[in-house]
Amino acid sequence: MNKVFIIIKREYLTRVKNKTFLLSTFLFPIMMMLFIFGSVFFAVSGRQKQKIAVANDPGYFRQNIKIDSSQTIFDFTPGTDSLNYEAKGYDGVLYLPGDSSSDKYVIYSKKQIGLEPRGQLTRQINKAAENRLLQQRGIQKEILDSISLQVKNAVELVNVVPEKNGKSKEANAGLAYGIGFGSGILIYITMFVFGAMVMRGVMEEKTNRIAEVMVSSVKPFQLMIGKIIGIAGVGLTQFILWIVLIFGLSLLASAFLPTELLEQAKQANNNVPGMAQNNTMALKLLEAQQTLSGVPWGLIISCFLFYFLGGYLFYSSLFAAVGSVINEDPQEAQSLMLPITMPIIFAFIILSTGLSSPDSTAMFWGSIIPFTSPIVMMGRLPSGGVPWWQLALSMGLLIAGFLFTTWLAGKIYRTGILLYGKKASWKEMMKWAFRKS
Amino acid sequence: MQNILEVKNLKKYFATQKAVDDISFNIEKGSIFGLLGPNGAGKTTLLRMITGIFYPDSGEIMLDGKKFDPINDVAKIGYMPEERGLYKKMKIGEQAVYLAQLKGLSRTEAIHKIKDWFVKFEMQTWWNKKVEDLSKGMSQKLQFVITVLHQPKLIILDEPFSGLDPVNANLIKDEIYNLAQQGSTIIFSTHRMEQVEEICDHIILVNKGNKILDGTVKRVKNDFKENLFGISFEEKVLPEHTAIHLFQVVEKNEHELVLKKNEGFSTNDILQYFMHKGLTIHSFHELLPSLNDIFIRLVEDTPMARQFEQITAS
Repeated sequence: MNKVFIIIKREYLTRVKNKTFLLSTFLFPIMMMLFIFGSVFFAVSGRQKQKIAVANDPGYFRQNIKIDSSQTIFDFTPGTDSLNYEAKGYDGVLYLPGDSSSDKYVIYSKKQIGLEPRGQLTRQINKAAENRLLQQRGIQKEILDSISLQVKNAVELVNVVPEKNGKSKEANAGLAYGIGFGSGILIYITMFVFGAMVMRGVMEEKTNRIAEVMVSSVKPFQLMIGKIIGIAGVGLTQFILWIVLIFGLSLLASAFLPTELLEQAKQANNNVPGMAQNNTMALKLLEAQQTLSGVPWGLIISCFLFYFLGGYLFYSSLFAAVGSVINEDPQEAQSLMLPITMPIIFAFIILSTGLSSPDSTAMFWGSIIPFTSPIVMMGRLPSGGVPWWQLALSMGLLIAGFLFTTWLAGKIYRTGILLYGKKASWKEMMKWAFRKS
Repeated sequence: MQNILEVKNLKKYFATQKAVDDISFNIEKGSIFGLLGPNGAGKTTLLRMITGIFYPDSGEIMLDGKKFDPINDVAKIGYMPEERGLYKKMKIGEQAVYLAQLKGLSRTEAIHKIKDWFVKFEMQTWWNKKVEDLSKGMSQKLQFVITVLHQPKLIILDEPFSGLDPVNANLIKDEIYNLAQQGSTIIFSTHRMEQVEEICDHIILVNKGNKILDGTVKRVKNDFKENLFGISFEEKVLPEHTAIHLFQVVEKNEHELVLKKNEGFSTNDILQYFMHKGLTIHSFHELLPSLNDIFIRLVEDTPMARQFEQITAS
């Protein structure tokens, strides 16, 4: 046992002290936060409003449009056209169509109009056109507005999901979807990343010819387990650092960013329905903030760590077995890895197709069978409603599963690591695994 | 003298090979033991069983008078395999400490011993270097230090001199003698015969999984002698000097002859004959075969390469 600990320590420390590890651990969250807040920041502020001249307003447009909105300012000074708008200091000039319905709104500008101003412009024009048509058909706009306001306030879809302890809880499908997908994909990626790390470690020992030196001191199984646990420690360290860093950084970032953002979110909420989409990002942020507290974070984070570890242990020993039978050429690994990577990819497919209905048969079986459960169960958990017995069964099977794969891989590893020259096939590996020692 | 290692009827069959087929031998404490054999003879398999890496199919290994226990006896054995290497990216000092700890040494003890050895081999400045910075010979020296660091009772060296220049080879050779004098037993596996002749007390020769020779170097050579003698004279040797039934001439120079003594005559008969002929004898000595000759003679009658065949465990 003591020897396994010495091996774990070496495997852990050599990797944690590695520059790539430090770089990826500290840079990833910083980059991510920079990216998210950067894009939000630029979306909200720091953009110049587009000054648009309207060349031929027959009158209805001026009445039905918000002249100064977040992205655009309209100007109705007559005499501006596509030839002189630049000289007059406008970013573009808009031509309204005549009465024929096939005519189009045409805008001349020197530079392509950005995606967001263009979206807003389109919405404004649509609104104006809609109002105009309402007027023409004799429908009062106020009546329509009051109807849509009534509809908005009165009719709301609330999905009530029964909880086991009798309480009912409003489920936020979108958020659950996001969290489930996010954690599933994270486990999917880490299983590959850390599984490959184990495989490379084993290959390194074999190609460096240190394997035989090692197994004259320790049992091959101790060497394999030590490596697997050491690398699991590396993975956990990275996750915990990421969680802490992201949490810390978002606290830091929220200190100066969202005041403005939330202000806009509130404003957007109070606006007329048509204008409400103005800043969807700010709205979503507000909504997310309100519902984020409703997610069972304790359960999700602890299950995430369990399924990360369980899935990792389940697959990494298989990766170790593959690493032990191949030689210098990493390409040899490709064909041998296929039977391992297939179920992982399959699990991901179940997750991505089944997320919209977390209680479907595919999702149920996928979350129970240990080959796919680490990824699929994480997709089911955030939406709630996973009975405790299913969770317990899934976890129990995963534990049994990784004990089995570790035992199996240990037997392959023991033979493979001392075999030089040729690569073994899966058939041979299975023969080693099941022969009596 | 007591035996450090006793191997009895050891067998290990693989799917298509009788790698080791019923081999027995004993090794005396403090001796330098040579395990010889051509490539693929089963040497490595035999050594892997002695080091506990493989379990024998049948047979028994006794280490220091007790049944060999692969888990608890690793500290008593130091094994330098033919396929050897180290972690390339790890610092040398750290790596030596790590491997010593796996042999059961405490950290402080390991550091202390490594420093001693590094001084002895003039490797003091290597501590913070990485293995990838070392030449092949240098890493070989490091590997040797790591093998003997924990003062094992039984040191097993598989081709220890491959890749070493003569100076470093002598350095290691001296250490092997030293360790033997301090009471360690050394198993020395190789197919380089001239080294064996020089170093080993006792040898066995294995071929195709079987032991075909066992004895001290001296006795083996005696067993294989061909009654060859070298004789040199003051005078030139003329054809009429050699026309006699006592011997046949194998090689002839101006002043020297190599003779093969015929059955039923003694060396004194030959000497008397030459003295009667009036030749002045400068030297007369028996020519014993080199281990290399014996090795080749024993091995060459058998097919060079092992053949693959289906083996069913008996």
